[in-house]
Amino acid sequence: MWKAFVRWFHRMASPPHFYAAASRWTPWFFWSAIIVIAICAYGGLVLAPADYQQGDGFRIIYAHVPSAWMSLFVYVNMAIAAAIGLIWRIKLAHAVAASCAPIGASFTFLALATGSIWGKPMWGTWWVWDARLTSELILLFLYIGYMALRSAMEEPSRADRASAVLAIVGVVNVPIIHYSVVWWNTLHQGPTVSKIGEPSITWAMLWPMLGMMVGFMLFFGAILLTRVRGEVLARERNSKWIKEVAVS
Amino acid sequence: MENVGIFTAAARLVERDLKVIFRHVSEALNPLVFFVVVATLFPLATSPDAALLRDMAPGVVWVAALLSSTLALDSLFKADMDDGTMEQLALSPQPLAWLLLAKIVTHWVVSGLPLVLIAPLVARGFFLPTEAILPMMLALALGTPTLSLIGAVGAALTAGVRRGGALLSLLVLPLSLPTMIFGARATDLAGLGEDPSGPLYLLAALLFLTLSLAPLAAAAAIRISLD
Repeated sequence: MWKAFVRWFHRMASPPHFYAAASRWTPWFFWSAIIVIAICAYGGLVLAPADYQQGDGFRIIYAHVPSAWMSLFVYVNMAIAAAIGLIWRIKLAHAVAASCAPIGASFTFLALATGSIWGKPMWGTWWVWDARLTSELILLFLYIGYMALRSAMEEPSRADRASAVLAIVGVVNVPIIHYSVVWWNTLHQGPTVSKIGEPSITWAMLWPMLGMMVGFMLFFGAILLTRVRGEVLARERNSKWIKEVAVS
Repeated sequence: MENVGIFTAAARLVERDLKVIFRHVSEALNPLVFFVVVATLFPLATSPDAALLRDMAPGVVWVAALLSSTLALDSLFKADMDDGTMEQLALSPQPLAWLLLAKIVTHWVVSGLPLVLIAPLVARGFFLPTEAILPMMLALALGTPTLSLIGAVGAALTAGVRRGGALLSLLVLPLSLPTMIFGARATDLAGLGEDPSGPLYLLAALLFLTLSLAPLAAAAAIRISLD
């Protein structure tokens, strides 16, 4: 079992093989993401009861929570891919890490935007120095720094390894930053922000959110595969197999 | 070539770095002057009101320290990268991470330690209570080495990049936020007459974490920048 996995992993590290496999998988990820997100959007926006305090306003969580969750998930993904690339010198892993960054930054931005839109009716302002919002903002800075470092280096192999070190340093720091911000926040303002009653959330409200997370993951898979394919095409543009793929 | 132990090698490196720095003392003093100037900006940009300044004092001291230490990072590895010294260090039999740690310590002694010593002056200018001065210096003494260590990773990553100054700040500032939060909080608590030991312990923990990990990351980054 393990051997089969290792063999599969090694085969996937070869760009032509990965390119072909990714082309086959992308539509599966894409369409299942569309279906899951559509079902859960119906469940969340229509079937779920309105919150007794927030009314229909709470329904933005079906976009906000999954994207906030994805923003961290993608960062960890990026760091793991970067570490794999750095340790085993697999170029494809670096391509995956490079493709993760803009997607993760977009999810982070989406989480910030939806959080701020949600904040307007709930807190009365667009922005509050809430611990979660603030650490999302810092996460966005980390993503931007990663992309800036990558684009500052002209040689791709150096950009890959330097940004990989940064991603690993960043992933060690993310929990420290998060907890320091939480701690800072609880000291500076009382717990005035009443979040939705998370423990007592009913099943009718909960299942669309869990489903949305699955849908966002599938969507991430589809976008990631597409981006990595583009990245592979750009990186391998001088190799022979590209011509065969491009001509066919 | 004689084979020297790691401590001798580090001592010689420190000696050499200090010599290089003291040939250009005015350059080495720039971050310190910058620290004082940035702190001076705040009353001018807001108001000279003593109560307001006292509330702002810990934040101002820490923001100025963070900016000044980020500014000083630019000179940490740049000259050695340009004249080939760094390649010699990377080729030496001593571990590169250890040698970089020696360089970082020297750098901190020249750019961080003066901040700790001059901070009381700035704090008095902001009407910080006298009993908060010592905890503030302790927090700075624990926090500024952490800033130098985190910054060293960023400086090593951008060492090969032309005009890496703004990029360096972009990489380093978000990673330095926890240190700044704990440092400012410790100073704040001491100013309110409360026990600042909690955030001070956290600062110490961060210092030891970065002390053990940052040189390794910086060494990996330097090796990448070199080829």
